[in-house]
Amino acid sequence: MELSQEHRMLQDMVRQFVAAEVEPVAAQLDEEEKFPAEILQKMSELGLLGIPFPEEYGGAGMDTTAFAIAVEEVARSCASTAITLCAHISLGAYPIYTFGNEEQKNKYLPGLCSGEFLGAFGLTEPDAGSDAGGIKTRAERKNGNWVIDGRKVFITNGGKSKVIITSARSNPQAPKHKSLSTFLVENSNPGFKLGKTEKKLGLRGSNTQELIYENCEVTPDALLGAEGDGFKQAVTTLDEGRIGIGALALGIAQGAYDRAREYAKQRIQFGKPIAKHQAIQFKLADMATEIEAARLLVYQAAWLKDHQKPFIKQSAMCKLYASEAAMRVTNAAIQIHGGYGFIKDYPVERYYRDAKLMTIGEGTSEIQRLVIARQILQE
Amino acid sequence: MKIVVCAKQVPDTETKVRIGSDGKTIETSDVNYILNPYDEYAVEEALQIKEKQGSGEVTVLSLGPERVTSAIRTVLAMGADNAIHIKTNDTYLDSYAVSTALSEVLREMEYDLILMGKQAVDDDNVQMGPRIAALLAIPCVSVVTRLEINDGHLVAEREVEGGVEIVEASFPAIITCQKGLNEPRYASLKGIMMAKKKPVEQKTVEIAGAKLSTLKMEYPPARKEGKIVGEGAEAVPELVKLLHEEAKVI
Repeated sequence: MELSQEHRMLQDMVRQFVAAEVEPVAAQLDEEEKFPAEILQKMSELGLLGIPFPEEYGGAGMDTTAFAIAVEEVARSCASTAITLCAHISLGAYPIYTFGNEEQKNKYLPGLCSGEFLGAFGLTEPDAGSDAGGIKTRAERKNGNWVIDGRKVFITNGGKSKVIITSARSNPQAPKHKSLSTFLVENSNPGFKLGKTEKKLGLRGSNTQELIYENCEVTPDALLGAEGDGFKQAVTTLDEGRIGIGALALGIAQGAYDRAREYAKQRIQFGKPIAKHQAIQFKLADMATEIEAARLLVYQAAWLKDHQKPFIKQSAMCKLYASEAAMRVTNAAIQIHGGYGFIKDYPVERYYRDAKLMTIGEGTSEIQRLVIARQILQE
Repeated sequence: MKIVVCAKQVPDTETKVRIGSDGKTIETSDVNYILNPYDEYAVEEALQIKEKQGSGEVTVLSLGPERVTSAIRTVLAMGADNAIHIKTNDTYLDSYAVSTALSEVLREMEYDLILMGKQAVDDDNVQMGPRIAALLAIPCVSVVTRLEINDGHLVAEREVEGGVEIVEASFPAIITCQKGLNEPRYASLKGIMMAKKKPVEQKTVEIAGAKLSTLKMEYPPARKEGKIVGEGAEAVPELVKLLHEEAKVI
């Protein structure tokens, strides 16, 4: 498999950018729970915040493969920055591009692509995670407008975004999967408030936010797509978003592996580098193999999407496999480092903590298996 | 202002160099190629001059086999307007052969300024700027860290031993660029997408016979293992003694 010239140039550029601008601050962002605002600003100047969207909306006119490559490269150094980029594109901008009308696209996409502001997707609630159909946030009609009441949790970029794509139950009488609608809620909207900013095990530089809607009134033009389409839109968004999480997990695994490999070549025990001991060689061989397999799954899913072919099964597979591979690889990376892997002087402990969310966010591994099973049993 | 940037493709500075089976060239099969880092300063300077003046044209001129296309595309993605690719076989050419080939093409071109890196980081010959300047009979200012374009002439600062020399030259001229001249930009995604639409003219010229031939390449001697003399203050006299008598560095 060979990347196209544009994809290679993008990869080279992002790799250089990450080495110069991201790698030097990655540990600090984690330690201080610092949002990577300055990095995002620089990324936006390069066009990275609008990678897969057409130029007419201010995007770079590239594709999902390019998006996956960029996310992977950033995650090799800093998963906090990578998930911020990933959520912005695949959760914040993608639904507007896919389901929005011309007016909505023109209103939001140029600003999202240029990085003037960020976007987020408010789906998860305290009692509706994997069971997204169980959303309790209500949207009621009032004098021609919609009034939203409810609470969202764990929203990536939720506290840093201008536009929050919000799922709410607009018709409680309708069957569960036809009762949700999606609204474009701006952070300046009266009745919209930020709740708690979560403190986390990993991805500590990223923003994970509780959002509160109290009598939050929006005009009819805030409705994204058709009324009652909310559940379908959420599922479609997550099908696509999983490619990004797969790429992110892949980048984390690659980054941890790179460090472990270098360390194993330098660390001397029993008179020789530990990389010369078969116990370590077997670990490195397994890590490298799993990373290659994850990469092929991620690129395959992205390629299928770019070529307008069915990709739901493959995107779930790439997310499931890459995230679980990332858990195994980061675990082995610490093991190879021994005691040094457990302390913060070496970065592998950060990779280990960051990897965990990959098996949870945008659908847990269990949900991925359900999605895959549903697909393969239909075939 | 018409600016030509001479850009060379070189092995990635992180390449682990292996000497080929002939003992005279490096093994290129697993080499990752990049744009010569010093040429990045030349590209950036050319783009900044064009942007400052609000008009002009930046042409990249590169010589080498098919693989050189990727370096050319990188320069176009950074913002150069067009390119000329002088195609050669993938054989080693000495500075004489390359400079005569580049000069031949440059003679047919219109230019006010020629920019290039002060050296290529692969063979480190540091000859291209002065050689081309001599062949074209134009001034060359080398190892430039600051460049000012005025009406009809340029003022360049160059590094000299222990200080800075300020030089004035008329156009057309060659400037070879040193680190510190500017901060090269990254190719933006827009630039990358536009690069494939920009014209690359292919040229072939008669390549002069080399005046140099490599006899042999050798790896540098392996670094000797370090020695720990002792720990703490009591080890200092022994360390000083060894640095003086054995290593002969103090």
